[in-house]
Amino acid sequence: MSPSKLDLCPSVKNILLLDHDGRRVAVKYFSDEWATNSAKETFENLVFEKTQKTLARNEAEIILLENHIVVYKFAQDLQFFVTGGDEENELILSSVLQAFFESVTILLRGNVDKKEALENLDLILLCIDEIIDGGIVLETDPNVIAGKVASNSTDSGAPLSEQTLSQALATAREHLARSLLK
Amino acid sequence: MAQQLVKKDDDRDDEAEYSPFMGIEKGAVLQEARVFNDPQLDARRCSQVITKLLYLLNQGETFTKTEATEVFFAVTKLFQSKDMGLRRMVYLMIKEISPSADEVIIVTSSLMKDMNSKIDMYRANAIRVLCRITDGTLLAQIERYLKQAIVDKNPVVASAALVSGIHLLQTNPEIVKRWSNEVQEAVQSRAALVQFHALGLLHQIRQNDRLAVSKLVTSLTRGTVRSPLAQCLLIRYTSQVICESGNNTQSGDRPFYDYLESCLRHKSEMVIFEAARAITELNGVTTRELTPAITVLQLFLSSSKPVLRFAAVRTLNKVAMTHPTSVTNCNIDMESLISDQNRSIATLAITTLLKTGNESSVDRLMKQITNFMSDIADEFKIVVVEAIRSLCQKFPLKYRSLMNFLSNILREEGGFEYKKAIVDSIVILIREIPDAKETGLLHLCEFIEDCEFTYLSTQILHFLGIEGPKTSDPSKYIRFVYNRVHLENATVRAGAVSTLAKFGAAVDELKPRIFVLLRRCLFDSDDEVRDRATLYLNTLGGDGSVVETDKAVKDFLFGPFDVPLVNLETSLKNYVPSEEAFDIDSVPKEVKSQPLAEKKAPGKKPTGLGAPPSGPPSTADAYQRVLSSIPEFANFGNLFKSSEPVELTEAETEYAVNVVKHIFDRHVVFQYNCTNTIPEQLLEHVIVIVDSSEADEFSEVFSKPLKSLPYDSPGQIFVAFEKPEGVATLGKFSNVLKFIVREVDPTTGEADDDGVEDEYQLEDLDIVSADYTLKVGVSNFRNAWESLGPDYERVDEYGLGPRESLAEAVNTVINLLGLQPCEGTEAVPPNSRSHTCLLSGVFIGNIKVLVRLSFGLDGPKDVAMKLTVRSEDETVSDAIHEIVASG
Repeated sequence: MSPSKLDLCPSVKNILLLDHDGRRVAVKYFSDEWATNSAKETFENLVFEKTQKTLARNEAEIILLENHIVVYKFAQDLQFFVTGGDEENELILSSVLQAFFESVTILLRGNVDKKEALENLDLILLCIDEIIDGGIVLETDPNVIAGKVASNSTDSGAPLSEQTLSQALATAREHLARSLLK
Repeated sequence: MAQQLVKKDDDRDDEAEYSPFMGIEKGAVLQEARVFNDPQLDARRCSQVITKLLYLLNQGETFTKTEATEVFFAVTKLFQSKDMGLRRMVYLMIKEISPSADEVIIVTSSLMKDMNSKIDMYRANAIRVLCRITDGTLLAQIERYLKQAIVDKNPVVASAALVSGIHLLQTNPEIVKRWSNEVQEAVQSRAALVQFHALGLLHQIRQNDRLAVSKLVTSLTRGTVRSPLAQCLLIRYTSQVICESGNNTQSGDRPFYDYLESCLRHKSEMVIFEAARAITELNGVTTRELTPAITVLQLFLSSSKPVLRFAAVRTLNKVAMTHPTSVTNCNIDMESLISDQNRSIATLAITTLLKTGNESSVDRLMKQITNFMSDIADEFKIVVVEAIRSLCQKFPLKYRSLMNFLSNILREEGGFEYKKAIVDSIVILIREIPDAKETGLLHLCEFIEDCEFTYLSTQILHFLGIEGPKTSDPSKYIRFVYNRVHLENATVRAGAVSTLAKFGAAVDELKPRIFVLLRRCLFDSDDEVRDRATLYLNTLGGDGSVVETDKAVKDFLFGPFDVPLVNLETSLKNYVPSEEAFDIDSVPKEVKSQPLAEKKAPGKKPTGLGAPPSGPPSTADAYQRVLSSIPEFANFGNLFKSSEPVELTEAETEYAVNVVKHIFDRHVVFQYNCTNTIPEQLLEHVIVIVDSSEADEFSEVFSKPLKSLPYDSPGQIFVAFEKPEGVATLGKFSNVLKFIVREVDPTTGEADDDGVEDEYQLEDLDIVSADYTLKVGVSNFRNAWESLGPDYERVDEYGLGPRESLAEAVNTVINLLGLQPCEGTEAVPPNSRSHTCLLSGVFIGNIKVLVRLSFGLDGPKDVAMKLTVRSEDETVSDAIHEIVASG
């Protein structure tokens, strides 16, 4: 997909979730600017290196790197990044970052740290999938996103008898958690 | 030691507890994937395995083709499970593997079933997956479902279909374009994001139809747009429409401006910013139009959100380049941003302030910046340095504090690019602000005392050699230069030797001391340094030999090196086997590509010699080669110039002939390029009969005919004339092509034995004055003009009569003279009433010519021109005037 055709449509080039050492937790690239894994890692290292001086705990921060705008936010040992082109509306990128961060917060029941994220990696990956499709913003409301992702882990389609006890418990817990968080 | 090791291991164990994927291996996970084939599917287990596979892919692991295929087939089995969570993971996995075309067929039916499922989640995701992996043929099958999905009442399904449509439009535009009715309907959707996606797709479908886009924008700007994202999109489309419609500023109102302005009051910051940015980027935006946009951006500057501050300051920074006064209102808010935690914001704020600041605020600003410089990265520093340079150019009186600032940061740590930016800035300031020269040069001298970059050292030494001797006390620079000879590498030492020689040549009282220093350099370990020292001692007369004239020495040391290096290289290669002494004047000066003489001084941007001469760069070379292969032309000497080909026949005639005029000192050679365009004919003994009765001073000396000229394979005929030496002799020549025609059977390709004599009239050919001038640019017209002096200056005024425009008149004269426009002066700004154009070149006989043309409009169309010529020979100056007088 050539970005020139999408020039007017707001687009996201990648979403990165790294740990506090700059290692990948979950990443998704939507632009073919980074063709190889090593190119991606180079970019991630650059982003990580250039952003460590800032706090980015309460408010999302922003940096211009080469010809990319990166908005980011840190929470515990996790670092959330959203990258766009240098002509992109910064606030659109920031709204995507916010959607990502907040829906992950909901999905991890408020325990936003690396351990929790890795244990629920499926949810994180689904969450990214629900926010951006091929670079285009799909949804930015964190409750809607989390709802879409979490509804998958509850098996409403299958009869209850097929669920194991632990599954049923997990389902119940999730329901409870979501109703509390809403 | 051992204990330490154990401890480290412990640490690692602690850390490892964090990851459920500790010690994960591709092979093992692929084994685990066998559970997908179990008749009794354990959905939870399967989900976990897929997560592991996705984790591996995410960490950069790759699957081989076979592995991917195996995983893919195994995953397709999971469609049997009704577990919704597992199904979601299956969708994700299929997208990640991106199966090949033949594999896609396996899942197509499962996905199509999901597309028609009652569960919206299945439908939406199945559409996204299917559209991602599908190709054109399959797309036609599912098109019907997609069209339905676009207008589905569930927004998730509709969005999935629309976004997929946006992607598919890149690969299958003709199919997606058929959906425009449905998409149009979706634009009216009440769901915010559906409207956004529909608008994006609709615009892309219609983007080549300006009228349709304009209509779309018109109707939507009046209607309701629900989501901020859609609103942003509409703002972008609107500015595109405004841009394409051109601005009808006569009435003072720009179409759609009101809409953009109303968006500044939107409740979403995203939209406000998008609109403000759109306004600032309007073509030829007026101050009145800018004001409301600047006002909202100014509010953003004091926002608590860094993203908002960044967005605002970045936009204002751009505005400051074109409308600095409009941004001055924000200066107070901007100054508080200098201490912003976010360094990107601080840098943007500073550079904006430097653009908008006034003279009185410079000192205060510099104080703030000094504190700030130490803790930003080089890339930001370069931006600041460049901004300071332009500030100093704007307020020359403030040079002292700005120069101080530059010299301070020059002493601090920094990489090459950063140091180069500082040195470039100082050099530019020295050139432009005479008062700053002495302090600036001393700063540079101090810098090279401790400079780790050879390139910068040599550039500064060269610059010192030119500027240093002109200062009030040149001797104080000698110490700095001579220190280099002791302490540096060979390149810098050689540069320092040249600089010393320049001081010696320019300042007589320093000469004896320079000789002492140069003689010491004769014992240098490097041969280039020794050679240079010897050469300079020789030219300056330091070894007691006959001193060359002062002027010759200065020309040699300071004069521009006006021979392109490529040409010099070719000439030297030709020279190596010959016996005669090498003569630099024999090197052709015609520029074949970007001249290297341009990059002489640091920081000096190429002033643009105008476009390099048209035609492929290698033509001159090719001509030289062709001509030197003909023995009769060998004693003609060096080729001065070859003209562009001149057509002597109309297009699409039987025989196509054009001619290239090669000018030598005492000869002219016409090269007729002939092409036979008739397949049924073979031409033999082709000659051109040239009648030079209207060119008395030319006499034909040689003609080289063409033996045969078959269909469509071009051949050349040469005719040479003698003419008076070194003079621009003009003349008119009439040409007739004579040949023997033989009929050719086009099927066999065999030619008839009998030929018929025939001739073909060609158009006349002129030798004009421009044939005797060569386009050679000079890097600094003013210097060159001064150095030529007014001795052979000729001035006259001409009326050019009514002309279409000033630009047209300028162009005509440039073409008439055949000289190189300098410093971009060939471009006439629109609507100007007068223009000065600078030309330079070389006249035959290797005589430098500089021309200053002043044009003025006299009355509505009449153009008057003042022509000032300076050259090394008065006859040449007169000749230039004659060209104009007769043209």
